[in-house]
Amino acid sequence: MARAVSTSRKAVNTALAWGVALLIAFPILWTFLTSFKPEPQAVASPPVWFGFDWTVRNYVDVQNQRDYFDYFWNSVILALGSTALGLVIAIPAAWSMAFVPGRRTKDLLMWMLSTKMMPGVAVLVPIYLIFIQLGLLDTRIGLVVVLMLINLPIIVWMLYTYFREIPGEILEAARMDGASLGREILYVLTPMAIPGIASTVLLNIILAWNEAFWTIVLTTTNAAPLTKFISGFSSPQGLFYAKLSAASTMAIAPILIMGWFSQKQLVRGLTFGAVK
Amino acid sequence: MTMLTRALLGATALCACGFAAAAQETTTLTIATVNNGDMIRMQGLADAFTEANPNIELEWVTLEENVLRQNVTTDIATNGGQYDVITIGTYEVPIWGRQNWLVPLNDLPAEYDVDDLLPPIRAGLSVDDTLYAVPFYGESSFVMYRKDLAEAAGVTIPEQPTWDEIKAAAAAMNDPDAGIHGICLRGKAGWGENMAFLTTMANSYGARWFDENWQPQFDSPEWKAAITDYLDLMNNYGPPGASSNGFNENLTLFQQGKCGMWIDATVAGSFVTDPNNSTVADQVGFALAPDAGQGKRANWLWAWSLAIPSSSDAPEEAKQFLAWATSKDYANLVAETEGWANVPPGTRTSLYENPDYVAAAPFAQMTIDSINAADPNQPTRDPVPYTGVQFVAIPEFQGLGTTVGQEFSAALAGQKTADEALAAAQELALQEMTSAGYIQQ
Amino acid sequence: MSTQASRSAARLMLSPAVLILLVWMIVPLVLTLWFSFQRYNLLTPDRSGFIGFANYAEFVTSPAFWLAILNTLLLVLGVLVITVVGGILIALLIDQPLWGQGIVRILVISPFFIMPPVAALIWKNMFFNPSNGLFAEAAKAIGMRPFDFLGQAPLASIILIVAWQWLPFATLILLTALQSLDSERLEAAEMDGANAWNRFRFIMVPHLARAITVVVLIQTIFLLGILVEILVTTNGGPGNQSTTLTYLVYQEAILSSDVGAAAAGGVVAVILANIVAVFLMRAIGNNLDS
Repeated sequence: MARAVSTSRKAVNTALAWGVALLIAFPILWTFLTSFKPEPQAVASPPVWFGFDWTVRNYVDVQNQRDYFDYFWNSVILALGSTALGLVIAIPAAWSMAFVPGRRTKDLLMWMLSTKMMPGVAVLVPIYLIFIQLGLLDTRIGLVVVLMLINLPIIVWMLYTYFREIPGEILEAARMDGASLGREILYVLTPMAIPGIASTVLLNIILAWNEAFWTIVLTTTNAAPLTKFISGFSSPQGLFYAKLSAASTMAIAPILIMGWFSQKQLVRGLTFGAVK
Repeated sequence: MTMLTRALLGATALCACGFAAAAQETTTLTIATVNNGDMIRMQGLADAFTEANPNIELEWVTLEENVLRQNVTTDIATNGGQYDVITIGTYEVPIWGRQNWLVPLNDLPAEYDVDDLLPPIRAGLSVDDTLYAVPFYGESSFVMYRKDLAEAAGVTIPEQPTWDEIKAAAAAMNDPDAGIHGICLRGKAGWGENMAFLTTMANSYGARWFDENWQPQFDSPEWKAAITDYLDLMNNYGPPGASSNGFNENLTLFQQGKCGMWIDATVAGSFVTDPNNSTVADQVGFALAPDAGQGKRANWLWAWSLAIPSSSDAPEEAKQFLAWATSKDYANLVAETEGWANVPPGTRTSLYENPDYVAAAPFAQMTIDSINAADPNQPTRDPVPYTGVQFVAIPEFQGLGTTVGQEFSAALAGQKTADEALAAAQELALQEMTSAGYIQQ
Repeated sequence: MSTQASRSAARLMLSPAVLILLVWMIVPLVLTLWFSFQRYNLLTPDRSGFIGFANYAEFVTSPAFWLAILNTLLLVLGVLVITVVGGILIALLIDQPLWGQGIVRILVISPFFIMPPVAALIWKNMFFNPSNGLFAEAAKAIGMRPFDFLGQAPLASIILIVAWQWLPFATLILLTALQSLDSERLEAAEMDGANAWNRFRFIMVPHLARAITVVVLIQTIFLLGILVEILVTTNGGPGNQSTTLTYLVYQEAILSSDVGAAAAGGVVAVILANIVAVFLMRAIGNNLDS
């Protein structure tokens, strides 16, 4: 909606928007700032803004307590693994729902979403017992499967709404040329759907990265991601605001940076069919 | 030959011929610990253990207390086998030991000197004379107060104070405009948080959780007196937001100099006197937990302990680790690297006979006196059918203690009166004890 | 294009997702139903066996039950209202021409990337804490007594945290919808003398209806399961002031280690969630059809 507006109006808008944006992001910025303070200054009253003794001591302390990179790699593997597995299952499903809709397609979609409504904590013990039987406790593959299952309904739905906007005639044309179903999906549909798929991938990575129930209860060390890392810092003894801030920054920085760089791709497909 | 000597010999052989141990297979021990200062220090010093035992690798799972308890309980009760060594307290040990979920530890080597463990602590970790866990550090509770503030306010806190003296001191030291609150006590709901403190306070007022027939006693005048005094103290002289404060929150407040008094774990003695973290390190005085003339003081007994789940696939190696982490040698190692004041307290008689330790730790005598004053087998004035000082050693207590704790936390936040909270607690306890089969209908 | 062949191919491609989700739903559900009729406490394994509906009776008659349902609804509705209204306002604002739009947008969406335990820890310690938090400092700076957020307004505090986490999601979806609005229609309306409010009310709001539906639907699914934020900040208290249904189930499952009661609570929660879902579908589901 590029409309010509006066410079003064733009200035007002800018000031307002920046104010709101900084307010929303303030907790994150403040945490980042606090992570570089010595502990006593982190709880100083009145609060210190920039004139403190900048230090990276907190990061060193946190790293000395446990190796950040073990957790980081597990987070990466779980997020990427569950997303990849989810796509393999969801793309064909979303394709068939979008292009060969049946009478029950919408019900099916809603049913899939409703599987997300079971409180995880109610099925903790049953799932734990199954994991013991299958030898999946504290394994990356077990967590990849669980995270995939949790997010699958969302992936299917996102892809479905995106696929539905692709005109069927294009597929008809491809079919006329004698393309098989597999080729149709691979060479015609997928390229057109890339923006939607990209955005689905990004959303799924974010959701998997931030899942903080199953990743904590089903892991000990081998598959433990950053959510487990942070749960060891939630209430240690004594003054800890600065160290808590450092650990928090370490846990959220990778996904935050990824999000910032890919926000255009994320936004483009994040419509769930809300835009016509 | 015991495990430890074998391990030591193995280590010597390694030094002598280089690769003797390399032929052995490496065992990985997964150790679940709580994120407190002493445990984190042990992780840093554990290289000494792995160097002496090159065939053992250690993997740490460090968690916040509640998350730890939840993960470990689920795993041990379902026989999951995720952990080889777990950190648990005096509440869990007897219950879990009785279920045969823990490996008995009666065959520890002679050098371990199991008789050196403090008798009340050792008793708390045994079932029918079988030891199921070894104490990493033990604690009671006592009064910590600011000597400078007490002096300025013109009050003295005797070594064996009464609750009336505590009330008077809190009133005298309270100065909220200067950011100083007369007294800081636990208020966050939880059987190991506010109920640990409140149960001991109630004990000292002559109250008890249950009578001999497991009938809840929250309708007794003793409970009412205890809760009323607690609420008065906190509402008049406590910090804001006290209903969210547990041990860690109060420790932070005290270290910042915002509390005149704080009644909590003896283990805090070394934290509040540590000049690196405490702004009031040289001004802290100690006193025994208060009493109300009923023959019991308000002090508890707790030990964070190491145990081996029966589902561990390396119990022998785990025993080696346990014996190292709770040994006299470990205490010496901490003393060498971090100073005597940082040695895990409250587990061994020998530590309190060590002049170096007593000189370095101003809270040492008060700690041992407090521990010895607690009697888990006779915690209250009137007879009770349970053991445990600040808890009731039955499996149902975790859930019950926490829901009851929520009632008192609500009372502290001003959402309920003392009477309403006590009535609700009585109702909850009656319901739980009936459905769990303690009370026959 | 619905030939017989493509129909069966479609079934085939749909089946893995459906089968997997079916298994993922059925297996735990059957186990949960089974456990819900058993006396099964992890800590007292020797006392076990079939006890009929006792677990359900205990869960539903628990003093916190009705409050938990109310709190759950308040939490979901509170967050939905804040995020939808806030999302529309922010979307309208940052859709205007302004300097540094890219950075503004990055700042606005940032909370969406924060994992729940970190978000809860930051708010609890650095903002709400009445002794060391920034809100307390702000209150002191203007000469007021610090307010004890988590003690006096626990549910509202949790709603604030969760709304902060979900505001970016709502904003993004609404912003995309807003940007797809034909600007000529707005200009035409402006020509016809419609003021800003009328333009918003009669052109933008109907256009945003679908986007709002999507926001409400997706957020509801996630909000019904909120647990970590409560666990880190208030533990459901003081009293039961911030206990939701999910937290109540957690309390049974974890604090009491009562698998039977937790399973019964889980079944109750699923039934209630599905009632909400059906209600939601009736009320707004038609918006989703094109």
